[in-house]
Amino acid sequence: MSKKHHITTTVNGDECDFLCEPQQTLLDCLRDELMLSGTKEGCATGDCGACTVMVDSVMVCSCLVLGVEVDGANIDTIEGMAKGNELHPLQRHFLELNGLQCGICTPGILIAARELLARNPDPTETEIRYWLAGNLCRCTGYDKIIRSVQAAAKEMRGNA
Amino acid sequence: MTSILDKSGFNPDRKLKIVGTSPVKHDGIDKVTGRARFGADLYLPGMLIGKILRSPHAHARIKSIDTSEAAKLPGVKAVVTRDDFPEIKAGTMAGDMTRNAMAREKALYDGHPVAAVAATSESIAKAALKLIKVDYEVLPHVIDPAEAMAPGAPILHDHVRTKGVKDAADKPTNVIERLDIAMGDVVKGFAEAEIIVEREFDTKPMHQGYIEPQACVAQATEDGQIELWCCTQGPWVFRDRLTEILKIDAAKIRVQQSEMGGGFGGKTGFYGEPVAVQLARKAKRPVKITLTRNEVFRATGPVSGTKSRIKMGITKDGVITAAEAELIFQTGAFTGSMFINAPQAMFTRYNLKNVKTVSYEVVSNRPKVNSFRAPCVPQVVFGVEGVIDELARKIGMDPIELRLRNAATEGYKTIYGETFGPIGFVETLEAAKKSDHYNSPVPKGQGRGVAAGFWFNRGGETTGTLNIAIDGSVTLILGTTDVAGSRISISMMAAEELGIPVDKVRAIMADTHSLGYNRVTAGSRTTFATGMVIVDSARKAITELCKRAAGIWGVPEEGVTFEDGYCRPASSNVGTFEPLTIAQIAAKTMASHGAIAGHSEMSVTGAGPGFGLHIVDVEVDRETGRVDIKRYTVVEDAGKAIHPLQVEGQFQGGAVQGIGWALNEEYFYGADGRLQNASFLDYRMPVASDVPMIGTEIVEVPNPRHPYGLRGVGEVPVVPTMAAIANAIGNAIGIRPQSLPMSPPRLLKLMDDAKVK
Repeated sequence: MSKKHHITTTVNGDECDFLCEPQQTLLDCLRDELMLSGTKEGCATGDCGACTVMVDSVMVCSCLVLGVEVDGANIDTIEGMAKGNELHPLQRHFLELNGLQCGICTPGILIAARELLARNPDPTETEIRYWLAGNLCRCTGYDKIIRSVQAAAKEMRGNA
Repeated sequence: MTSILDKSGFNPDRKLKIVGTSPVKHDGIDKVTGRARFGADLYLPGMLIGKILRSPHAHARIKSIDTSEAAKLPGVKAVVTRDDFPEIKAGTMAGDMTRNAMAREKALYDGHPVAAVAATSESIAKAALKLIKVDYEVLPHVIDPAEAMAPGAPILHDHVRTKGVKDAADKPTNVIERLDIAMGDVVKGFAEAEIIVEREFDTKPMHQGYIEPQACVAQATEDGQIELWCCTQGPWVFRDRLTEILKIDAAKIRVQQSEMGGGFGGKTGFYGEPVAVQLARKAKRPVKITLTRNEVFRATGPVSGTKSRIKMGITKDGVITAAEAELIFQTGAFTGSMFINAPQAMFTRYNLKNVKTVSYEVVSNRPKVNSFRAPCVPQVVFGVEGVIDELARKIGMDPIELRLRNAATEGYKTIYGETFGPIGFVETLEAAKKSDHYNSPVPKGQGRGVAAGFWFNRGGETTGTLNIAIDGSVTLILGTTDVAGSRISISMMAAEELGIPVDKVRAIMADTHSLGYNRVTAGSRTTFATGMVIVDSARKAITELCKRAAGIWGVPEEGVTFEDGYCRPASSNVGTFEPLTIAQIAAKTMASHGAIAGHSEMSVTGAGPGFGLHIVDVEVDRETGRVDIKRYTVVEDAGKAIHPLQVEGQFQGGAVQGIGWALNEEYFYGADGRLQNASFLDYRMPVASDVPMIGTEIVEVPNPRHPYGLRGVGEVPVVPTMAAIANAIGNAIGIRPQSLPMSPPRLLKLMDDAKVK
């Protein structure tokens, strides 16, 4: 089949490289080539947000980015969100407030929510809802997701 | 020994330490860190990628399939077609299952699998699919169930004769079954009525909408053993069905459930799994099949669409005297809608004596339907609760008051034969009536609606094991899939029984070699039934602990009791001994006397029926037809909320799924019978900005058949949702919609036609 490309990136602070076919998405490369399966595929068409990651500090659906596009880029995924044994406040509040049920959408939602709070430490409920409108969840009805983000935001403001 | 099924030991005065709190679920940490392994997250050495070729036709005879070019493509390791599946008679359950997994004589819907390949990469597998030549004879198709019932409709299965009809004509039909379920005398009942309302309704199929597409990895050994990893709501059911359709001994198939990324009923039946197994057997390498979202929409789920006619009569002082219904359920290309639930549940919650229902299940050229929360019930409750609202309006009675006046109570004999034990419908209605939401004025320009719902709740075949470790901590082996947090709730019950902190308990979801049969996680049965089995296991372990303590003390077994985590002398007559903890007994006796464990398997009975009432305020944009959900409250009887945060989550999640079903979700088929909106962009499920916070009120009328009083809570939250929203829209615009979804174009047309704008 088509010739593979050699891509070098930094993922969660670690330099790494992989080979990929030109049509392989970043999502496929993270999962199938780098074995970082915490980033999930829900649709592969950019509609569900389960594959949300950061590429050079830009939030993207990794299913809409090609593997060959990230040569030299810095990528952040869910696997890098906790620091050592310390969970990110969003992770902790999602656990404490039951912001997840099945958990398949959770990695994408956590990455998206972290970016929201980086841009806007004190979002209104409506702002959270619109920011996360690209991340589908079928289990929770969103209520406890929104509350988890609010609680994390509050804690993070207090710590700032 | 008395069974826990006869004597649950439920004690309303028991002081609970753990049950009723909301600890962090033990499986949560893996889910917020990306560590949890879902269906698609298993990677095995040498693993191949499987892809399925699907019919582009809604209905076509498969004349021939030529896979020779595909098989020759470098990197292709196996190709399978119908010829690789054992022949099983059409029209049997197994015959239908194998034909849904891989088409045989005909392709019956757009997306029906016709062949599959396994290759060393996804791109090679996709290229190979393009090399497979299928010679189709395209046949006329039928999508709509009413059209499928009409004379002259294209026939899907030559063997189908309608069940339940005496002297049915001996010629093929699309009507699988007619079901007559009735009680009392409706003629007399309607004669006693002073007001009768009769309306027609229709609802559309919706998809379960789990975010995780079905995924599996199968591997096979040269001597015929199979390992299958998959996201399933029922590993044992998958195994047994594979045994049936592939003719492999059950003992040689080991199914391991992954974490499950949402199921809601949609993962109770298999799709790619038998195909992956056959590919793996041919290739002798592991094969992974992950469905795309397009495949999920075209070939899995959905939920039955319905057409219904509902008639109810009432006296002017608000007594419902009779109810009658005629229901049509579309089941897709194969039977299996579980439509019997509808006539059994649709009116159940009201104290009715005269009921008559006729239901039909009809095949058409769409994917075979699958379960979804309270299968087949929300669709028809959409109509029933609309008629009840209209009756309330006609006699000038508050809608909750009317429901209270007719509410079933303990002792009511249902249409399906069960006599209700203690139930909480009245308490639920009273709680709703007293709620802040119901007592706040309806904001200007909005409409408020209420609707009630019921679900049987289920028990069924369940197996589990509780093991005590040498340090007194505890592991649980559970067979029922955890779809949203049952592991923590069951761990809490084990901890409560054993008097230890819940952090000392860990549960796993077992594979099919590790436990006896477990029915699917469905019908709101898992926390109830597996909880029962684990409490029973804990009690068996406690009996053994007491025996060991008696041995340590040199006293008779009956001289020891267990309380709050300690074995103690039953009375001062037994002697004076320091109470022993579980850890102390384990440490002292395990090396000499072996493991301390409890195991239980049973067909669990005693599920407590669940009831709910939803209150919703909506605003309708008169120019666009868009409905905004402004406020929503779910009131439901949980019996006992083991983990209240999770119970609230079930209420909220069910309600928002219902909001999607009510307002947007719908399939669009082209004239060619192909699905036009097989993506999350075009099949519009609710997103965060579509909905408000969902208020919840947990009512607790205990189910005494369960040691902690619980009822299932997962199904009821979607049962009344569409009805409540339709009633609210009706109150907002003056005309109550009778078909779903109540999407902007449909609502605009409704308002235009009724000139209410």
